[in-house]
Amino acid sequence: MRVLDKNQLALRDFVLHQADNTLILAQRLCAWCGHGPVLEQDIALSNIALDLLGQAHHYYDYAANLTGGGATADTLAMLRPERAYKNLLLVELPNGDFGQTVARQFFFDAYHVLFLEQLNKHAQDLMLRAIAEKSLKEAKYHLRWSSEWMIRLGDGTDESHRRMQNAVDLLLPYVGEFFLLADYQEELIAAGVLADPRDFQSSWSAHVEEILSEARLEANLQQAPMQHGGKQGIHTEHMGYLLTELQYMQRTYPGLNW
Amino acid sequence: MYRDKAEWPLWEVFIRSRQGLDHKHVGSLHAADARMAMENARDVYTRRMEGVSIWVVESQHIHASNAEDSDAFFDPASSKVYRHPTFYEVPDAVKNM
Repeated sequence: MRVLDKNQLALRDFVLHQADNTLILAQRLCAWCGHGPVLEQDIALSNIALDLLGQAHHYYDYAANLTGGGATADTLAMLRPERAYKNLLLVELPNGDFGQTVARQFFFDAYHVLFLEQLNKHAQDLMLRAIAEKSLKEAKYHLRWSSEWMIRLGDGTDESHRRMQNAVDLLLPYVGEFFLLADYQEELIAAGVLADPRDFQSSWSAHVEEILSEARLEANLQQAPMQHGGKQGIHTEHMGYLLTELQYMQRTYPGLNW
Repeated sequence: MYRDKAEWPLWEVFIRSRQGLDHKHVGSLHAADARMAMENARDVYTRRMEGVSIWVVESQHIHASNAEDSDAFFDPASSKVYRHPTFYEVPDAVKNM
C-alpha cells in the first residue's frame, strides 16, 4: 500500500465517494431489469444503470491509481468492507415502487448535474474534470427522464399522486446529506482542489421546488430532518444486504474472470 | 379512442443513421404522448448509436396499402422500362442526394 499524504488521501476518498455513489445507485437500478412497469421504462432504467456503472468504472480506475499497491477498480468496487463505502445514504435505499425509484433518481440527478458542472468548471484535478465532462451529458438525460416522471406521476391519477407523495416523504430526510460536507471534501476545498458544493445548494433547491410544484407534490426542503453518515461509511441497514449480493461472486470465487 | 384502454397508443419509430440518409423504420413502442414517445425511442432504438435523428408517428396516422389491391397497384409498373432513367450515368458525387 502506497503511503499517501493528507491531500492525496482526501482526494482518493473523494473519488471513492463519487465512485460508490454511482456504483450503488447502478446496483439498485439493475434490480429493475425484467421488472419494469412497461418495456420501454425497463430499458430506460437499465440504460441509466449502465451509464452510472460506466462512470463508476472511471472513478474506481482513478481511485485505484491513487491507492497503488495492487489495488484495481475491481478490488475497490467488490471487496471493501461495508464501512469503507462512502456513498450517500440516498442511493442505497430500496427501490420501493416505480414512484419511489423515480423520486430517488430525481433528487440525485438534480444534485448530480450541478455537481458535475461544478467539477467540470472548477476542479483543479484534470482527471476529475475529464470524467465530469463525459458524465455530464449522461446526467442531463437522467435528469430529464426523472423530472418528466416526477411530473407525470405526481400530477397523474389519485393513486400515482399518493404513491409519489409517499415516496417524497420517505426520501426527504436523505437529501440533506448532499450538502453536509465530509472531512475529505472540506480538506480539498481548503486546498483549492474543489469548489464548495454548498455554492449550488440554492440552485438545487430552486430546481427541485420547481419540479415538485409542477408535480403537485409537497416537500419542505428547509425543515426536513437530516439523515447522514453515508459519506463516512456509516450506512443504513439496507447496505449489508446490498453488498452481500454485489460482492457475492468475487468473494466466493476470488479472482473470477468472465 | 385509446384513452379508456389499459394500453398507451402505439407509435412507429423512424431513425436516420447519418446526415444525408433517409429515416428508416426501426420498430414501434407504446407511449402516452409525443414527448414520451421521443424519449422512449431514444432509450430503446438508439442505444447502440443507431442514429442522429428520430421521427415518431402514431401508428393510427399511418395508412398502408391494401394487400388485395397489390395486383392492380403494382404489377403494371413492372414491364415499363421506358419509365426508368437507366440510359445515363449518375456521377458518384450525387449518390446520396
